Amino acid sequence: MSLGAVSGAGALSAGVGAWPAGAAALAGQEGAGAGFHPVFPWLILALPLLGAAVNGLGAFLWRDDKRIPSIVGPAALLGSFAVVLVNFIGMSGAELHGAEVVRLWSWIVSGDLSIGVDLQFDQLSMLMCMIVTGVGSLIHIYSVGYMRDDPGYSRYFSYLNLFVFFMLVLVLGASFPLMFVGWEGVGLCSYLLIGFWYENREYANAGKKAFIMNRIGDAGFLVAMFLVFVAFGTLDFVPVLAAAEGTLPYGGALVTGITLLLFLGCTGKSAQIPLHTWLPDAMAGPTPVSALIHAATMVTAGVYLIARTSVLFALSPVSQGVVAAVGAGTALFAASIAIRQYDIKKVLAYSTISQLGYMFLAVGVGAFTAGVFHLMTHAFFKALLFLGAGAVIHAVHHAWAHGDDGHGDGHGDAHHGDPNDMRNHGGLRKFMPRTFVFMWVATLAIAGVPPLAGFFSKDEIIWYSGAYGYPILWGVALATALLTAVYMARLMVLTFHGGNRTFGHGGDAEAGRRLHEVPAVMWAPLAVLAVLSVVGGWANIPEALPLLPTVEWLHHWLEPVFAPAIAVKEAHGFAPEYRSPVGGGEAFWAGISAGIAIAAVIWTVRALSPKPVPTEAEAVAPTGFARVLHDKWYVDELYDRAIVRPSLALWRACWRIVDAGIIDGAVNGAGRAARLLGWAGGQLQTGRVTTYLVAFMLGALLVLGVLS
Amino acid sequence: MMALYDGHWILTALVLLPLVGGAACLVVPEARAKTVALATTLVLFALSLPLFWTFDTAEPGFQNLVSIPWIEAWGISYAVGLDGISILMILLTTFTMPLAVAGSFSYIRRRERAFYAMLLFLTTGMIGVFVALDLFLFYVFWEIMLIPMYFLIGVWGGERRIYSAVKFFLYTAVGSLLMLVAIVTLAWIFQDGSGAWSFAYEDLVSLELARRAQLWLFAGFALAFAIKVPLFPFHTWLPDAHVEAPTAGSVILAGVLLKMGVYGFLRFGLPFFPAAATDPVVVNAMLVLGLIGILYAAWVAAVQPDAKKLIAYTSVAHLGFVVLGVFGLTTQGIEGGILQMVNHGISTGALFLLIGMLYERRHSREIADFGGIAKVMPVFAFALVVVALSSVGLPGTNGFVGEFLILVGTFRTHPWIAAIATTGVIFAACYMLPMVQRVLFNRLDREENRTLTDVNRRERLILAPLLALILLIGVWPGPFLNRTRASVEALIEHVEARSASVPAAEPPSVDAGGGE
Repeated sequence: MSLGAVSGAGALSAGVGAWPAGAAALAGQEGAGAGFHPVFPWLILALPLLGAAVNGLGAFLWRDDKRIPSIVGPAALLGSFAVVLVNFIGMSGAELHGAEVVRLWSWIVSGDLSIGVDLQFDQLSMLMCMIVTGVGSLIHIYSVGYMRDDPGYSRYFSYLNLFVFFMLVLVLGASFPLMFVGWEGVGLCSYLLIGFWYENREYANAGKKAFIMNRIGDAGFLVAMFLVFVAFGTLDFVPVLAAAEGTLPYGGALVTGITLLLFLGCTGKSAQIPLHTWLPDAMAGPTPVSALIHAATMVTAGVYLIARTSVLFALSPVSQGVVAAVGAGTALFAASIAIRQYDIKKVLAYSTISQLGYMFLAVGVGAFTAGVFHLMTHAFFKALLFLGAGAVIHAVHHAWAHGDDGHGDGHGDAHHGDPNDMRNHGGLRKFMPRTFVFMWVATLAIAGVPPLAGFFSKDEIIWYSGAYGYPILWGVALATALLTAVYMARLMVLTFHGGNRTFGHGGDAEAGRRLHEVPAVMWAPLAVLAVLSVVGGWANIPEALPLLPTVEWLHHWLEPVFAPAIAVKEAHGFAPEYRSPVGGGEAFWAGISAGIAIAAVIWTVRALSPKPVPTEAEAVAPTGFARVLHDKWYVDELYDRAIVRPSLALWRACWRIVDAGIIDGAVNGAGRAARLLGWAGGQLQTGRVTTYLVAFMLGALLVLGVLS
Repeated sequence: MMALYDGHWILTALVLLPLVGGAACLVVPEARAKTVALATTLVLFALSLPLFWTFDTAEPGFQNLVSIPWIEAWGISYAVGLDGISILMILLTTFTMPLAVAGSFSYIRRRERAFYAMLLFLTTGMIGVFVALDLFLFYVFWEIMLIPMYFLIGVWGGERRIYSAVKFFLYTAVGSLLMLVAIVTLAWIFQDGSGAWSFAYEDLVSLELARRAQLWLFAGFALAFAIKVPLFPFHTWLPDAHVEAPTAGSVILAGVLLKMGVYGFLRFGLPFFPAAATDPVVVNAMLVLGLIGILYAAWVAAVQPDAKKLIAYTSVAHLGFVVLGVFGLTTQGIEGGILQMVNHGISTGALFLLIGMLYERRHSREIADFGGIAKVMPVFAFALVVVALSSVGLPGTNGFVGEFLILVGTFRTHPWIAAIATTGVIFAACYMLPMVQRVLFNRLDREENRTLTDVNRRERLILAPLLALILLIGVWPGPFLNRTRASVEALIEHVEARSASVPAAEPPSVDAGGGE
């Protein structure tokens, strides 16, 4: 392995013991990375962690005082975002071709294994940090309004801060194990926040389900790490990725095994088939949590992992194919379910699964930049959609509860129904005009209507899946784009258009009195996200449509990270052909997909708007294929019958039959024999202990006698 | 100051002090016994703590050695010392004892003098086992432990205490007996070669035994150790013992006693019988039993209705990991195994303390009797969640460091077994999270649970050091790992060198089975 070629390796040794590594320690090292030195890198992590600690203490000490968490929670994020921003600007002004690695302290050292608490700064990790702390800050601010009346306010911000801390560990971790710390840490926070209203058994169940399904993926991640360590003798990203091409034969079983196991981890964390079923249930958490964790950041960790280890995946065409196929399959599958859901958050949850599928399709076919690009734009518009849905739920809940009581979504209301259910919405544009506009912006963005963000990022994925020679997946991606536009337009129609059904049909007068737009602390973050949902896509304008000077900006930004993987692919004949599977260039097909999106949105709005919608109470169960979609293809039921129940039966059998029956039966039998012996010897004695001591001695003599 | 703190008397002091304290407990007034016991264990811990700093991490051999002839005709001496394999075990013991004592203050209401005396006598036995460097002395301490534990379960235990105590006693006594035979045989073989009897560790470890003799003698030791670990299928004494034992008994069982088995393998099994301990059949058998323990015990734990029994089974799973690490015979595996023993002591000890706190308030350990407790006991809930996460090996807690090292180490020599064992992390979530949920979360739907009081000041003081260690070892395990390093590497070197140089032919004088 030649580590010398990699700048990070030098930085690693130079950074040893540099804690707090702030400005120190890395100055003066030669080689690449010249000009960029992270500024207070530890502060990026320390602030959210400190926020979590303060708010956590607050949950015990000043339970009813909401001022401190209202300030500390968002401030921790904004502070972290500021440090990230300084570093991001610093990096964009510098020439950085490798990664800057900062060691905080030495973590696990045993034999030839050495793992440090090392942070890795490169273009990819900085971009992710920007998304995590930027979108995170907005969602923290929004939460101040959304969670205002919740008795667990301080605990909520503690968990949310802690989540961001772990997410940043995941992003900045310079080795597989440190990334894994973040990986499982965000899973923990997800678990805690899904089950935030833990008194509801179903919510608590949903948290548990998420944790356990994630652990299935995590086991794959762990074994992948062991394989990497055996193959490379280290677990640090920089040396592993640098040595990958020379160490692992192209297309070999080892690299395929490593990458498939890593991908198993991705399917858990990013809710891809077959480990996708936890994410819809995760909607039990407060809606800002769904926006931050289950849409914008945590669930994209799988995509980030593949991007981070892109060289390894490039070395295995089999794994690439699997990733792309699972991604495309999940995209279509989840979109089909989204079309038939009535719970607004469930629609968005399946939409998220579907969009994550797009990202995996991208990184699977080798369009790593496109995957990360869509990750970024999706963070904007999906966070906006969730926060907008949260605003709707908040408004409906407060309308029902006379605006005087606790937390928002999902709690159900005995008198009215489920505030998440779109059959209880309708016509909200009259009452929530701002939310209505912002939601439409996000809807058009995700549907892929130009010139909004989703158009550029999604189109790039569709284009590259064709260009890299996966015609079937290209077709699937196009079909999914159509479904995306349909289910999103349906969501908008059911929620905001037509007549209001919150207080039944014809309850408009009451609705008018009680339904209100959300406060500024909630809609202001929506406004920022709406702007980002428009302009976010301009970060990577395709060369075929040079409308702005930012042509391929993101591509160039990430080039140092993905160049080795692209080189591997090109060396083995995987270069994109600049034409689609059925002919036509990029600009032509961009026009086609834009046309599909626009037509589908217009068609859906026009087709659904005149239709009367039954309220939740009046609803009848769908039949036929619609029912299969409504019931989510029965995957949960399948898992329950095929895996959960048989496992529990087996485990009970282990206990009742093997443990209590066979083993203890034998032991008790032997015990009775010993008791008999002891009784014979212990006739003159009193007390049980003595009896057994004698039994023991007799047994000893017996054994000695047998042996001699 | 350093001169005052001379390691040569310190180990002996650690062995004798609890004996003196225990005797004192018996003579003071009933109400004072707990204070005496707590003071004794706190002094004990304070005395032992400097061992951590004065420990020479570069020295692979024994430190603070003391050897005084005892029964010279038999070659028996009072020999004690410590090395990288025992130091953490000794500190774990002295750390656990004050918590076990303090955790009994409100739990034990009758025969307090005898109870605390038993705890302290047990401490002498446990520390003795970890410091003894004479096999006869080791065996004496090993058996000494058995008796106070028998009484702790049998007198202060729950409803089925007699059954459980006897089961515990018989199980371990059977194993010990074969070990005694093996120890005597070893001494006899030494006498056969050199003309003089000796039970000294250094003498017996240098014996060059034929392969067949090694296998038989290893088996003698291994059964005793396997029962103590406990290794599947010798584990069924453990759930019963734990369920019936008072909190302190469970804490000590999980915290320290279960470490004796693996310690025995590392101290005696591997170095004395390297050819046997590296024999593919033996290694695979041990690894597979460890693996079964990891999976099977997790499965059985997942369907337990009794919280204490559930945790007892998780011990079997955790110790299965440790056995895996030890017999994978890599630096990472063994260091991880030793660290995981410490981790298990901390997290499982804490779990038993927490369940004990619930039991004192509610007089039930049935998981179904709880639910929604987080509402009324938030500090308790916080502690239980942190400890549970440590137990399932969440990164950032101590449990992850140990499990990761064990798995990565074992993977290098036995990839398939390690890969299957990795699924244990899934099952760990399957037993721990439902328990946590059904106790802490869901609706607070039972009237009698509404009035439960949160943990008090004494209980917080017990839990705080445990939680602190869970996080400290999780993020900064270096100081713990580097104390094991030199000894572990020397052990592996010794085993590899000696297993290669085993006499091929059977020396005629050594019979496989033991003395004639």
